[in-house]
Formats: sequence, structure tokens, C-alpha cells
Amino acid sequence: MRIYVCVKQVPDTSGKVAVNPDGTLNRASMAAIINPDDMSAIEQALKLKDATGCQVTAVTMGPPPAEGMLREIIAMGADDAVLISAREFGGSDTFATSQIIAAAIHKLGLGKEDMIFCGRQAIDGDTAQVGPQIAEKLNIPQVTYATGIKKSENLVLVKRMLEDGYMMIEVQAPCLITCIKDKTIKPRYMTLNGIMECYSKPLEVLNYEALKDEPLIELDTIGLKGSPTNIFKSFTPPQKGVGIMLQGTDKEKVDDLVDRLQKKHVI
Amino acid sequence: MNRMDFSLTREQELLKKLARQFAEEELEPVAEEVDREHVFPAENFKKMADIGLTGIGIPKEYGGSGGGTLEKVIAVSEFGKKCMASASILSIHLIAPQAILKYGNEEQKQKYLPRLTKGGELGAFALTEPNAGSDAGAVKTTAILDPKTNEYVLNGTKCFISGGSRAGVLVVFVLTEPKKGLKGMSAIIVERGTPGFSIGKIESKMGIAGSETAELIFEDCRVPVTNLLGKEGKGFKIAMQALDGARIGVGAQAIGISEGAIDLSVKYVNERIQFGKPIANLQGIQWYIADMATKTAAARALVEFAAYLEDAGKPFTKESAMCKLNASENARFVTNLALQIHGGYGYMKDYPLERMYRDAKITEIYEGTSEIHKVVIAREVMKR
Amino acid sequence: MSFNSADINSFRDIWVFCEQRDGKLVNTDFELISEGRKLADERGSKLVGILLGHEVKDIAKELGGYGADKIIVCDHPELRLYTTDAYAKVLCDVVMEEKPEVLLIGATNIGRDLGPRCAARLRTGLTADCTHLDIDTKKYVDFLATSSTLDISSMSFPMEDTNLKMTRPAFGGHLMATIICPRFRPCMSTVRPGVMKKSEFSQEKAEVCQIVMRHVELSAADLKTKVVNVVKEAKKMVDLIGADIIVSVGRGISKDVEGGIKLAEKLADAFGNGVVGGSRAVIDSGWLPSDHQVGQTGKTVHPKVYVALGISGAIQHKAGMQDSELIIAVNKDETAPIFDCADYGITGDLFKVVPLMIEAIKETQNA
Repeated sequence: MRIYVCVKQVPDTSGKVAVNPDGTLNRASMAAIINPDDMSAIEQALKLKDATGCQVTAVTMGPPPAEGMLREIIAMGADDAVLISAREFGGSDTFATSQIIAAAIHKLGLGKEDMIFCGRQAIDGDTAQVGPQIAEKLNIPQVTYATGIKKSENLVLVKRMLEDGYMMIEVQAPCLITCIKDKTIKPRYMTLNGIMECYSKPLEVLNYEALKDEPLIELDTIGLKGSPTNIFKSFTPPQKGVGIMLQGTDKEKVDDLVDRLQKKHVI
Repeated sequence: MNRMDFSLTREQELLKKLARQFAEEELEPVAEEVDREHVFPAENFKKMADIGLTGIGIPKEYGGSGGGTLEKVIAVSEFGKKCMASASILSIHLIAPQAILKYGNEEQKQKYLPRLTKGGELGAFALTEPNAGSDAGAVKTTAILDPKTNEYVLNGTKCFISGGSRAGVLVVFVLTEPKKGLKGMSAIIVERGTPGFSIGKIESKMGIAGSETAELIFEDCRVPVTNLLGKEGKGFKIAMQALDGARIGVGAQAIGISEGAIDLSVKYVNERIQFGKPIANLQGIQWYIADMATKTAAARALVEFAAYLEDAGKPFTKESAMCKLNASENARFVTNLALQIHGGYGYMKDYPLERMYRDAKITEIYEGTSEIHKVVIAREVMKR
Repeated sequence: MSFNSADINSFRDIWVFCEQRDGKLVNTDFELISEGRKLADERGSKLVGILLGHEVKDIAKELGGYGADKIIVCDHPELRLYTTDAYAKVLCDVVMEEKPEVLLIGATNIGRDLGPRCAARLRTGLTADCTHLDIDTKKYVDFLATSSTLDISSMSFPMEDTNLKMTRPAFGGHLMATIICPRFRPCMSTVRPGVMKKSEFSQEKAEVCQIVMRHVELSAADLKTKVVNVVKEAKKMVDLIGADIIVSVGRGISKDVEGGIKLAEKLADAFGNGVVGGSRAVIDSGWLPSDHQVGQTGKTVHPKVYVALGISGAIQHKAGMQDSELIIAVNKDETAPIFDCADYGITGDLFKVVPLMIEAIKETQNA
């Protein structure tokens, strides 16, 4: 059994975010991290590896420096990694991206017992689309929003979260599962042993040449130009005006607040 | 030709990232509690073992993670930024496995190193006695061979032993031939739970409260002769060499806590508004920050240089003493200024500076006081 | 029958995928039908809802009351519970036959599972989690004038453009992006729950809405997943979206998490039937379950009163609450960004300030 874990390097939007004057994101000024939901996917895959000894392969599409992230995932316990990287793939939307990743996995081979794990969504786009679209391109079943995954033979039992509860879903491998963060999933740390060995583990780079003839690739719907969706405008929302900072002792501030709320008939 | 390279390897960069993440997620959240409650962070030590940090410098075949002194400096200094007690625990733990790796026979290495690395047991180094502090040669604990059972019989008391009450495996310095004095000193491996070995007083300290410092009592404690580390009579040499390495660890703790104090200060001076603007705008503050940063950068360079010498197998006694002397005095200087910058807030227990100020002081005292370091350095410098 | 997503002129009408759970319509259905009505009017086309389920015909009429001209009902026992396989098959089959120009789906956990799968099968683009939709370009420009920092006067727009302009937050709400899908149809969008305003229900409109039953073909071979069981969480669902009063807590409660949450609950009670929310930090730390999360990755709320306790106000949090009618913030740090969007700010320790607030509010109520 082999598990492909699809991951993405994203700018850390939880801290300070810098926006260029033209409304685009100043990525250079922000730390690059492994997308948080993807960390859950990695942990789920490594848990299955602990239990079954299966092979775990990290897959990403991105610029060459994304290799660093893949090495980190190997240092966490993955066996090997694949970097899909080409200028022609840049600017792809989710439809285009999923096509390229699906083609790469198809080329690498998806066996009867194999699975693909993704994070539900990336914090830079928040779309949650690439996972299901890879599954559709590969014509395999999907389960999204997973917090628990158990496998016996070819049957996979997945706990799939809903807004008001969850479903237990049985799905046949090969399949694709998107994972979310949960209290029960704490992504593991790298280990020092893993770090010492990670740069000597296999890492395959797939470029445009390697994938362009794959049957799952439609050359006219990849990259910035081919992507079905385009950005019409991007802009920053206006800031709401600054309100009133109440002054005085804690008691005076609170009394002032309650007074104002009463005048507004809020209380 | 460009041989002087200060950059870290890719692996060292990842280790730094790992240590920083671990310090932020596991150590920082409990640092205040560990200090307040004087509790050894046993769970965190176990987690350090799980990710291989307690096996730094020990080869993989003995359960270790490889790497060397520079890796130790990286991990310990990252820990020191967030929780000095944890940095101290890791740094001092590493002394025992290092000594066993260097002086132990194959059987001892097979038996003890896996326990001290991935096995998650703490190591301790027991040299100091009530009357043998800076004068380490004045050790009185004896270990007399009983030829009938082939056992050493230990009697005596060790004090101020970091982690002594928690350690699974201890390297204890004893007189196997009391008449010979220094030349009769030997190193013996003692396991926790050996009959006749008990824990005495747990000290209440000014700082690094989470690192339990204990008195160890040996009363007719019998240890097999196979636990002798190295040869009889080589104990003093083993102790001094182990301390050379340990001092780089203290240097790493000291630069870590200094860098942590600078980080907090930089954040504070930008947030703290007085006279209508952030105090970062005040030149007096800027000079403080500049001094703190400059001296700490210099301290780090000397610590890393000493680590490089040890890793390269070159003599490093002088540099290790220098780096520890310099970094520890700097840690006191920097935490003092950082507290000063924080003013009243710095003095309050709500902020970490007060704790860091107390924690920093130990680096000038343990593994040899500053004064003893000067003796070592002077002797090395004036050697002809 | 051939389906070509690139033949964009052969597509007509605005469609809304109407989700049901346990045979009941969900809130996003009404929000999307209401929004869809506006779009259909802008485009001069029909608004059609498509409802998948089993024995759900009777609930379809209600959708007409919010503006749907027609509801297509696909009824099959295998559609009673949501599965990706069955729903994607049925929805795509109908879409390929009927060729709608626009297909809106609620961005619920189900909609975000179904949408991308269908878009890939239909070979078209999909824009996720939209918060604003326009077809008419003039209306879009008006929207930009009030909701962006762009200098509209210096820009030119293709006024005849009839693409669906789908606006969504990106990068944690730091940026807004308007996306179009010019070369393929249908234009697909998932729409964030709680954002679009539900219009007034009209019984009259409900009566005239046409209900069309549609034959569904599903075979066992279509189904590769099986729902073993569905479990409702025993805990009370937190209805942040519908709440009038929300008291949210942030990292500032860290020194006494339980005490902090209890204070928030008491304050919410004092205001009257409020609910407790949390920032991302609080959810990530496991202090509150994830359905309490306010913000970009959580829920977008617009209560009458929003109280932020110990929340620094990271921009993704602000994105989720800044449209509240009245915002009160309590934070120790006077420079916390939350104060930038607060109507009333109090610098202080929430553990000291909140008990005073509770007391003062109670006094006014007793007076």
C-alpha cells in the first residue's frame, strides 16, 4: 500500500500580512509554512504507516524551493517525495492544478490498495476544491472533511465531519480523502534521526516534459492562461472607522459603556 | 579558497526549526508553571526523547540521533530562549551519555546508551560534594572493591547534582584508592534504584527551578565492577574532559536566554508607548538594545567556535572555558538590561523577564564558576 | 447527447442546488434562492432550484416563496442521505441535459464536497466560498465603490460583460478577489452560508412555483461509497449565524480558560440570550469546539452586538465579525488591532472588567 499525501506550501496568514500597493499579496515578506490542514493529512498517513508499514509519498506542486517542505515531511516520517514544478504550471487555478497533480499520480501509479490524502483546503485560497477534483480526474471515490481513517484490506472507514455531527463512511480503495484539523490529530514533530536522513531519501522532480503527454493533461486548461477561472479584480476591503476608547478606571469605563448602550437601547 | 563558513547545514537548519517549534509549543506554555511549582517537566523530557533530542551526539547504533556539539548548541540555545530550565535539563543530561560513549566499553555502550537516548531516561553527572566544589579533586566518596563479590562498595554524599533525583543512569566520581588522592579517582556508572543509593535533600533554588537539584547518598551501595567507566584512577581526567564539553552546553544555554530576552525587549519597546510614542524611539533604549545584540552575537560566535573545535577533534579546553565565561556573564548583563527596559512590568511575575533574570545567574556558577574558568583559561593561555 | 462546456451560448438560466438534511431544507437554500432571484432579474432569465433527496417533493414549494420560478426534484432512495457519488452523478446528468448558465451551491460541508467534483466533471471553473455576486457590471461597480479601496473613477469597466462576477475573500480576508469564468459554462460558485440576505417569504409566489419531478437513474455501479451511519453530535448546535448577541473569547483567557469562558457565558446571558464564540486561537487550542469559531475559516456573523474579549483582532477574525452592528472590545493591549474596528474599546484585564460589566448591566435591568 502506498499513500500519496498532497501538500502545499503557503504564506502564514495567521501573523502579519503584507499587501502590495497594487492589491496583491507580498509573499516575500511572509513566512512559508506547510498548510495546516495538510499537516493533518500527513499525520493521518503516518499513523497508517505506523500501523501497517505502508509507503508514504509526499507530493506537491510548486516552485523549486518547495523541496525544503518535502524534506521536512520526510523528516517527519514520509518515505519519499515528488515535486511537480514547471513554469508552464504557474498560475493554475484549482481545475488546472488538480489535473496536473492527478496526471502526476497517474504516472507514478495508483495501485488497488493505494490512497491519496489531502488537506481539506489551503489557507491562502480556502477553496477546498483541489482534493475532490483530483479524485474526479482519477475517477476514484472521495471523502472530504475526515478526522479519522481506518483501513482493513481494501475497505476504508472514514469519519466525515458535518456542521452538526458526523457520518461514518465506508469507501473502497483506491480513494481520495481530505483531512481537517481536529483535537484528536496532533501532527508529529520531525525527529532528529529523520532530519539527519531526509536529504538522502528519494525525491523525484516532475517537470512539464515529464507530464505533458499524460492522458489526464489537457494542455489548453493548465497554467495561468488555460485556467477556467480568471481574476477579474482584486482589492483590499476598507477599514471600519475607529471607535471610541473609553477612559478612566475599570469601573468608570464600564459605567460609561453601559450608559452609552442604554442610550442606544442595546440594553 | 574560502574555508571559514558560518552557515548551518540544511540538516542543522531543520534541527533549529524543530527545536524552535518544540520550544514554542511544548516548553514556553509550561515555563512559568515549572518555575512557580518547582516541578521537573518529566513529560516534556519524554517528548524530547521521542524526537531524538536526548540522543544528540550519540550514534544511531546506540539509539542516538547522530550530530555533535554544534547540534547540541543549536537545540539547547533554542530551548534557552523559551525555558531555561528545559535547556539546562537537556544540556546537562547529555554529559552522561557523552562520557559513556567516550570512555565506556562496548558492553557499557550497548547497555546504557539506548536507555539514555531513545529510551527516555535522564542522565546525571555526580562530581560535586559538600567540600568539593571548585576544588573538584577534594572528592571524599569512596568505592572500595570487594574482591569476594567483585563489587565496588560506595560510601559518601554528593550534592547539588542536577537531575540526580530523576536520573536513571548516573556517572558518579569516587575514590577507588583513597590514599592516592586525585590519582585514585574513578568514574562509576550507578543505576537508579541500586540498594544503598538514596536521594537526600532536593534543593530550593533561585532559578532553573524545574531542573531538580539533589543530594545523593551512598551507604554501602554495591555496584558491579563492570560498571567502572574507563580505567581506575582516570576519574579526574574523565571529569575534566566531560566538563569541557558541558561548558559549551552552558554557553549555549546562556546565549539562548540572552536571545530570548532580546526578543522580548524588541517586542516590548515597539509596543510600549510613553511620552506619546513607542519607547523604541528613545536613543537610550536603542543603545541598550544595540549593546545587548552585539555582545550576544559575539558570545554566540565564541560558543559556536568552541563547538566547531570539539566537533573537529581539536583541542578546545581553553575555548570552551572562554565561551562559557563570556556567554554567562553576558546572559546576566542582557537579562538585567532587558528587565530594566521592561521597567515595573519586568519586575512582575506576570512577565517572563523576572524569571529569566534569576535563571540566567546559574550559568555563571554551574559546571565551574566564572572564577574557576579564569583559572583554566589563564593556565591554558600561559602554558608554554 | 453532447455536452460541451465551451459552447457558452447554449447555456440559459440561473440554478441553485438546494440542499436538504433529514428531509428538511437548510438556511443556505433560502439565502441562495433569494440571491439567485436578483441575479436572474439582472440577467433576465429564470431561476431554477434543483433538489435531490427521497420523498422531498412536499418541501420544494417553500423555495418558490423566496423567488424560484421552478424546482426540479430528483427523487430516489439512494439520494436520501448525501453521498458524493450519487449526488454528483444526478446533478451532473441534469446539468448536462439542461445547461444552466449559472449554478450556485451553498458552501456547506456538503456543498464544498459536491461542487468541485461536479465542476471537474462538467469541465468548468468553480469559485469557492463567495460572499458577493453580480452579473450586471454597473451594480458591480457600485459594489466596488463602497466595499473596496479602489479608485473607481480612474478605472474603466466592460459594461456589457455578462459573466457572473464572483467575489470572495482570499489570504485570510486580507484581500478580496473577483473571479470570472469566461470560457466555460456553467459559471459555478459555492456561496458562504450566512452572507446572502434571505428575502421575505411570499405565499403567493410559493403557489405559482412550478415543481417538476425528474426521473433518476442510479445503479449500484455508480456508488463506491456507503454511509454506515450518521451521528448528530449530542451537544447543542451553536447558532452563531442567527445570534443577536455574540460574546467571543480569544487568547486573552489563557491564564484561566474555564473561568474566561464562564465569564463570557454570563455576559452573554446578561445581554440576553447571547451565545459564546471564539477566535481561531481558542478553537485551535481546543478550548472551544470548532462550531464556535468566528472568522475567515469559521463563520461570518453579523449580530446586533459583538463583544470581543481578549481577542487581538487578527484580520481573519475581523473579516468574520466586522459587519456586526455594534462591536465592543476588551483587551489588555491598547494597541490590539481589534480596537480599530470596535465601536467601544476598553483597555483592561477582561477578568476584572467583565464582572463589572455583568454587574452594571444587571443593575440597569433591575432599575
